[in-house]
Amino acid sequence: MSADATTELEAETTEDAENAVDLRELTHPDPAPASAPTVFDVADLAVYYGAFRAVRDVKLDVVKNDITAFIGPSGCGKTTVLRCFNRMNDLIEGARVEGLLRYHGVDLYGKDVNPVEVRRRIGMVFQKPNPFPKSIFENVAYGPKLAGIKKKAELEEIVEQALRDAALWDEVKDRLQKSALGLSGGQQQRLCIARAIAVRPEVILMDEPCSALDPVATLRIEQLMQELKSEYTIIIVTHNMQQAARVSDRTAFFSVDVDDESGDRTGELVEYDRTEKIFSQPSDRRTEDYVTGRFG
Amino acid sequence: MTVVDPVVPADQPAVADALRASRGAGVDTAFRLLALAAGLTVLVILGLITFSTTRSAWPAFVHHGASYFFSTDWRPSQGHFGILAFVYGTAVISFIGVLLAVPTSIGIALFATEVAPRRLRRTITLVMDLLASVPSVVFGLVGFYVLKPPMQTLFRWIGNTVKDIPVLHQLFGQNSAGISLLTAGIVLAIMITPIVTSVSREVFDTVPRNDKEGALALGATRFEMITGVVLPHSLGGLTGAVMLGLGRAMGETIAVTLLIGGVAPRITANLLGPSDAMPSAIARNLSEASGDFRAALIGLGVTLFVITMAVNVGSRRLVDVLDRRLKGAA
Repeated sequence: MSADATTELEAETTEDAENAVDLRELTHPDPAPASAPTVFDVADLAVYYGAFRAVRDVKLDVVKNDITAFIGPSGCGKTTVLRCFNRMNDLIEGARVEGLLRYHGVDLYGKDVNPVEVRRRIGMVFQKPNPFPKSIFENVAYGPKLAGIKKKAELEEIVEQALRDAALWDEVKDRLQKSALGLSGGQQQRLCIARAIAVRPEVILMDEPCSALDPVATLRIEQLMQELKSEYTIIIVTHNMQQAARVSDRTAFFSVDVDDESGDRTGELVEYDRTEKIFSQPSDRRTEDYVTGRFG
Repeated sequence: MTVVDPVVPADQPAVADALRASRGAGVDTAFRLLALAAGLTVLVILGLITFSTTRSAWPAFVHHGASYFFSTDWRPSQGHFGILAFVYGTAVISFIGVLLAVPTSIGIALFATEVAPRRLRRTITLVMDLLASVPSVVFGLVGFYVLKPPMQTLFRWIGNTVKDIPVLHQLFGQNSAGISLLTAGIVLAIMITPIVTSVSREVFDTVPRNDKEGALALGATRFEMITGVVLPHSLGGLTGAVMLGLGRAMGETIAVTLLIGGVAPRITANLLGPSDAMPSAIARNLSEASGDFRAALIGLGVTLFVITMAVNVGSRRLVDVLDRRLKGAA
């Protein structure tokens, strides 16, 4: 563990602010400039469920304001890895992480790190839209209320802004007090995105956010991601290769390695590079087989 | 693979007959009738209970009219049958029981579903389910031999301490043998805790993992997740759990009979004095009662039955209203 690792997250937020200033000065001719600041750096990450090693050898840097896609076949551990980034795996009994996962240089699994604070900075959108059984307004206001915002006017402003940013405002502005469960699947997922961005996180993790949606709703979410990336860093897990190719700047390809003797299936990171490189000239044979559809 | 144009073949296979074949239709009909009969049985039994008890209690209702329900004068030897103080006794001990049992049960259930490690979880569940099946007379005996003696000491001490303080004196004054509304209420609380815990735990288990993760992902602490997601989601089910507990408390006979004293009840604020409740009055007196006395006792049962139903229906309504307010209109 490095010396930085023990630094508290609070101390890092000042550095965040500096990063943000840097960014405004950066013009973005290239989706991923060579010198872009990283948000996460991951080295030799492995995740265990009890004695079972689910994923190993994850090594990647996540670049600020990039959309990073995790792709790979079922069981390759891409969702497991994603859920390490906001300590969501903590909730699974027996789950354990080895290696280093650093957020602005701080080891997210360091002793002093509070997962609640981690999750306020690193939001998540789930595979199945999961609005709370409350009104649309209360769904979006839930996070800000947790953060201690109580004034109604302020909450109203935050909710409106979040819904606008999530491209949902026009559809729901007249029914904010109605149940969120009455929305369509696509609207519910955009509501969940609004709910996530209402707490102003730096990063949004998306776990196959479109897998339960129809093509039109999927397209809207993809457009939304492009709009959000100027302000947020996004990591998306998708089983849809076209989606990864369409939306992401960088792609990590995960694969499953089956142990010949024990039969254990372990996920591993095969290749991580710019998306166009992964899809046009991957350097690993397994990546090529997968992206060209020859897999399996 | 070459794609060919579809052609309707001249000789259609015998699909039609196969589709119309009635395999299993008879069994299905029989099953439906059987299920219907089972469902109707519930209603028939309910109707018969209501009819037969009301008929037996009818003389008391007719002879004494409103004073049967609204008088506290219960002197069977003089022909006075006013049951209000029994209703009060039942209400007070049930209220004490629920008041003590519900927070405890919800706490245990939350611990078992949200906090405890898996192995401990199973142990708690097992113990609670075992406790739920302990016969109530055992709880009554435990109350009588374990709870009563220290209560007696405690009550004397309280009585002496508050004897000059106006309001507290009314509530906790002048006592006694350790047999009281409070003692009965506490034993009821112990008795209904396992069942309320067991149902609450099952209710909490149905909260979607998705919802809980959604709250945590927004930076909720475990406590905020429980208050913001788990409890609102469980409101209806928890009401059911409380109703089940309340129903048992209101109807509990033997444990209450052992601990409430069985004196002619009064409506009093003194929780430390002996009193009586509806079911124990029936159990104690019915074998020696006849005529109007007997009808009055059965009337107690009918009244208890009606009150239980009313509480149940009322709480369902309340949950509907609260649900709508919490979850937003559809």
